[in-house]
Amino acid sequence: MTKLKSAKDIPIGGIIPEPGNSRAYRTGEWRSQRPVWIPEGCVHCLMCWVYCPDNAIEVEDGKVKGIDYNHCKGCGICVRECPRKEKALRLEREA
Amino acid sequence: MGSRQHVAMTGNEAVAHAMRQINPDVVAAYPITPQTDIVQFFSQFVADGMVKTEFVTVESEHSAMSATIGAAASGARAMTATSSQGLALMWEMLHIASGYRLPIVMPVVNRTLSGPINIHCDHSDTMGALTTGWIQLYSESAQEAYDNMIQAVRIAEHPDVRLPVMVCQDGFITSHGIESLEVLSDDEVAQFIGEYKPAYSVLDVDNPVTVGPLVLPDYLFEMKFQQAKAMEASRRVILEVGKEYARLTGREYGFLESYKLEDAERVIVVLSSTAGTTRAVVDELRRKGEKVGLLKPRVIRPFPASELRDALSHARAVAILDRAETFSTQGGPLFCEIRAAFYDAPKRPLMRNYIFGLGGRDVGTSQIESVFADLAEDVARGSVKTPVSYLDVRE
Amino acid sequence: MATLRELSRMPEVLVPGHRMCAGCGAPIVVRQVLRAAHAPVVVANATGCLEVSTTIYPFTSWQSPWIHTAFESAAASLSGVEAAYRSLKRQGKISQDIKFVAFGGDGGTYDIGLQSLSGALERGHKMVYVCYDNGAYMNTGIQRSSATPKGAETTTSPVGKVQPGKRGSRKDLTKIVAAHNIPYAAQVSPAHWNDLYAKAEKAFAADGPAFLNAIAPCPRGWRYDSSDTIELCRLAVDTCFWPLYEVENGKIRVTYKPKEKKPLVEFLKRQGRFNHLLRPGNEGLLEELQQEVDRQWEDLLAQSES
Repeated sequence: MTKLKSAKDIPIGGIIPEPGNSRAYRTGEWRSQRPVWIPEGCVHCLMCWVYCPDNAIEVEDGKVKGIDYNHCKGCGICVRECPRKEKALRLEREA
Repeated sequence: MGSRQHVAMTGNEAVAHAMRQINPDVVAAYPITPQTDIVQFFSQFVADGMVKTEFVTVESEHSAMSATIGAAASGARAMTATSSQGLALMWEMLHIASGYRLPIVMPVVNRTLSGPINIHCDHSDTMGALTTGWIQLYSESAQEAYDNMIQAVRIAEHPDVRLPVMVCQDGFITSHGIESLEVLSDDEVAQFIGEYKPAYSVLDVDNPVTVGPLVLPDYLFEMKFQQAKAMEASRRVILEVGKEYARLTGREYGFLESYKLEDAERVIVVLSSTAGTTRAVVDELRRKGEKVGLLKPRVIRPFPASELRDALSHARAVAILDRAETFSTQGGPLFCEIRAAFYDAPKRPLMRNYIFGLGGRDVGTSQIESVFADLAEDVARGSVKTPVSYLDVRE
Repeated sequence: MATLRELSRMPEVLVPGHRMCAGCGAPIVVRQVLRAAHAPVVVANATGCLEVSTTIYPFTSWQSPWIHTAFESAAASLSGVEAAYRSLKRQGKISQDIKFVAFGGDGGTYDIGLQSLSGALERGHKMVYVCYDNGAYMNTGIQRSSATPKGAETTTSPVGKVQPGKRGSRKDLTKIVAAHNIPYAAQVSPAHWNDLYAKAEKAFAADGPAFLNAIAPCPRGWRYDSSDTIELCRLAVDTCFWPLYEVENGKIRVTYKPKEKKPLVEFLKRQGRFNHLLRPGNEGLLEELQQEVDRQWEDLLAQSES
């Protein structure tokens, strides 16, 4: 937990001048189940990516690179929507 | 207009004229009696290409304030105007404007709040808005409404303040009465108000800012504290701007205007147009040798408590006239605050309250005379018999 | 038609770390819509799940400028932003081309924000308003709104001994918006991402106000497993509960016709909020709901230019 700032140290009006700083907030801790990506079975159709509410499917150059477990909440949409089914994405219980 | 001149205008016309000279980037407004003229005059300025303003003809006052907030948060100088029910409909947005620290200037033409519906003057609309975080300036005349508008821009936009300002005048009495006043030239106004330098802008897409997030108990209190500090800072700024305006116009504005107060034993405190009536009565009674005086607050947010104490401490009896009822049964808003300001004072004059003029009930010299007469009885008795009474109501 | 590979190269405006529930439909809609802006955007948000969950101070999930004022005021506040943009651009103080988009839930759009939306549409502000319709006040704990389907159970339309969930049909907001004669209005579903993308592109390109009504399932409020979000969007479309169509300059066009129109119950039975409708004794209500969907779908087809 970061130290709370004083009134004189925060911008006026409640504004947040750091765009996209929520990346530092880890919603991955919410997860009770995790999608596991199987690169060899993946055809990089990106259905998992376009349907992810949390932008947690890492894509580079049009190809899936992995899963952002810092933010993935484990909703399971990617696994459900993957046309390769169990071959490319599998849902596992969190340890 | 190229030069300074004397003109005959209504209060509404004077305010619209000031708005044209301020030349805001955006005005979003909705018509309501008795403010409507302001919107109409300004619409004509827009239609004639006399202003650079984008005029947003919103579908309600709630949207008027919402759009004005949106524009102000976009780095634009933004204004609206309203009265009564319109101000009431804006209520939640008033807090948002001040909470977001947006220097919106809004003329308010005071009118009572329904119900029953009534379109005439009292101060129940803006008195209800005392806790919204807006600075409030009250105007006795069209001249003052005009002068307050110009100064309000500077007060609101000052980097130490950045708070919205209401510029109030009495509905119909001032808004529709024609007066002679001096208006500045367009250049003088432009120079006096200067360029607007916003604290932030959502149109700055290279430096994106989030405006209006969800703030939890860990930070909201600090933000309200910042607002309170800004309101405190506005006390200095209001006086500075008033002095600078005096150098330009010869008309100086502070927190209060006193009239024949120095040696006054009996004093009436009243806002806006009724001060004019009271001044005439003071003159009349002074001619008869009575030591009476008038104190007219111009600013009540921030509340000039120490100035009021200084101005009134020598008086023997003070009547505070409130054109609004709080239904607390303990008196009107001005009365309660002024009385509270004297709690720690070593010397306290006798103080009583009159609720007056609700729903546009006329207040003439005879009513004001009766107040001074009541004060004389209090002085003779050495105590206040009726702390709160209703002036000229059929009980 | 853009491919997902192409879309994935575009910058994300809504970044991770937001606190929408797992499986929420709204951020999927937002991500898909914003990819079609092709310019810097200023986002306005009505009070609601999306607003609170993406901007918990001092965090923001928005990469673009973003403004929230109140529940009913997203369209009005964005009107002010857009007016400021026009004013400052005309004065030469801004040179960039900027797009304006508002997001509101069904509460902030169908109900409390309808007046300010209507005003903004009538005035012709160049903005895209996106309603993410999850059919109830989910942020406050699943209270019925005027977007709640007939028969649905919510906390203010509970199922009781004398009341079978929400009474009365939901409001047809897309048609109400289209009746403002704005350049573009459409109904979209994030399951049909390509249809949604094409419509969002049209909305952002429109010379005036545009409106997208997006179905956005809520796992908590609809009571289903969070992995079913997209499947429910698909079923909503395939049962014609949520037809995909657009109204472009007054012309209605159905953009997707299910090959085989599924019975409404296929959509309803996957959601806990309709459980009671499947119990014996409620066959009549179920039939009534099916007939309503059928009638509306037939009407839409009749109005649609092929």
